Amino acid sequence: MTPDYAELCRRTKERDRSLREKVMSLEEAVALVPDGASVGIGGSTLSRTPMAMIWALIRARRKDLFCARSITSSDGELLFASGTSRHILTSWFSQGIVWGVSRIMRLYTETGRARFEEWSHMAVGLRFRAGAMGVPFLPMRSMMGSDVIGQLAEARQIDCPFTGEKLVLVPALNPDFALIHVQRCDAYGNAQIDGLPFMDLDLAMAANRVILTTERIVSNDQIRRAPDHTKIPFMAVDAVVEVPFGSAPHECYGLYEPLFRHLDAYAAQIRQDAEEGIRAYLERYFYAPKSWTEYLDLLGLEELLDARRRGTSIYDD
Amino acid sequence: MTTSGRDYTGSELLAVTSARLLRDGQVVFAGVGIPLLAATLAQRLHAPGLTILFEGGVIGAFIEPGKLPPSTNEQRCTRRANMVLGSTDVLLLLQRGYIDVGFMGGAQIDQHGNLNSSFIGDPQRPATRLPGTGGGNDIASLTQMIVAMKHEKRRFVNRVDFVTSPGFLWGADSRREAGLIAGGMYRVVTDLGILGFEEHSKRMELQALHQGVTADQIQANTGFELLIAADLTVTDPPTENELAVLRHLDPERLYTA
Repeated sequence: MTPDYAELCRRTKERDRSLREKVMSLEEAVALVPDGASVGIGGSTLSRTPMAMIWALIRARRKDLFCARSITSSDGELLFASGTSRHILTSWFSQGIVWGVSRIMRLYTETGRARFEEWSHMAVGLRFRAGAMGVPFLPMRSMMGSDVIGQLAEARQIDCPFTGEKLVLVPALNPDFALIHVQRCDAYGNAQIDGLPFMDLDLAMAANRVILTTERIVSNDQIRRAPDHTKIPFMAVDAVVEVPFGSAPHECYGLYEPLFRHLDAYAAQIRQDAEEGIRAYLERYFYAPKSWTEYLDLLGLEELLDARRRGTSIYDD
Repeated sequence: MTTSGRDYTGSELLAVTSARLLRDGQVVFAGVGIPLLAATLAQRLHAPGLTILFEGGVIGAFIEPGKLPPSTNEQRCTRRANMVLGSTDVLLLLQRGYIDVGFMGGAQIDQHGNLNSSFIGDPQRPATRLPGTGGGNDIASLTQMIVAMKHEKRRFVNRVDFVTSPGFLWGADSRREAGLIAGGMYRVVTDLGILGFEEHSKRMELQALHQGVTADQIQANTGFELLIAADLTVTDPPTENELAVLRHLDPERLYTA
């Protein structure tokens, strides 16, 4: 996962980094990602999850993706249960504290069917940052003395050459792909992100390919009127897919909040029978619909509009 | 202000008692659940100048009543905040030394204040795989900590199965020797009392009892021998006002059921 520097640069140089259109369908974007690829997933927990890409990868029956995300929620449960991934690197893994410990995460990790590789939140972030910086590692001051570091063959402890203090070195993480959902971008991939950026800027610059999904595609002129809002530059982006409600049932800042009733029902279905509950969920919401629009139809207009109302009214006063 | 007897839940007692430990003007890094609620309660009661940080990337949040977030990563956490920033950058503020108090919940704690939120049983063949550290390890490694948790024997163990977030490790100077120069456990607030750590041994010490609770009762709910402070005190029960503000913040008892 930490490639040779010359190789890292070669892979970047061979990408077409010109200002070119790269709009495509979800299916075309999924075709870029082979089985076994390493994939960094943007957003965090229930926020700006690139759900449409995850949905499309699962539908395309991708296998054995290595996934890395700051904090993993139901997206990770669905990746495990569908067999799309058997190895997720993250700092925290459950649907969300209000739904308790993930029964799917437990089912898959306790029986050895899948691996949850646990790093501290800052360590995940600094691994993406080192990847974005083109350096092999970054030093940090947490994880020392804990058992978290004891599980991690890739983390090193050293004495600082300047001060003699103990430090932890975490290696760069340069995933093959970053999947990132944004509020808007242009056809070239200039992406403007509102609200919490999480680790997405580092993830985009660390990855060897970036697939953007976006709530809407705007003109390049509109991007150029507010270049200070552009957080990911076009030259890092390889695919742009327009997907309204692309994080649903998770949230997208300023546009919609999580679909809480749907998430409650999902959790209840899994609580009743983890294995059968998630299988039925995948069948109904992931495999059966013919399109993303049909998936949104299943989520239901009433819930989507309620989420939209909550998402757009949060700063009203 | 009269007190309301025991017409409050253990979680409410926990939230109120831990909120009282926060001081106006402090910078607090709060986890989701009781810590977020208690920090918000302190902000509404005695500490209007309390700055609350969330690992989702928020500085100076002001949570809206009835709209508690399911994690500290949702847009609800950004309401009336002074700044949003990347999650790595907000955690680096801990490392840079800007934070007075880290405030989190706990699933399992030991006599030296080490917290486990990763594995129950042998990590290689766990009885239960828990959700993991999140920012917990970073917060506990880098700043002074308040932990709020239920006081049960299975949660207060001699030695945690797995050190997810470091307290004083093996006690005495072992935390510093491991390389953790800053921070450490300050207080553990439970539904039975308040605990701290003895200065030299870094063993857990009972410092205050909640009203109607005895030291024997706390010892009976603890899986190791507690030290007892010479000046053991009794806490004031939650006031009507504290409970009213708390219930206004969490009317559905999302965190305080």
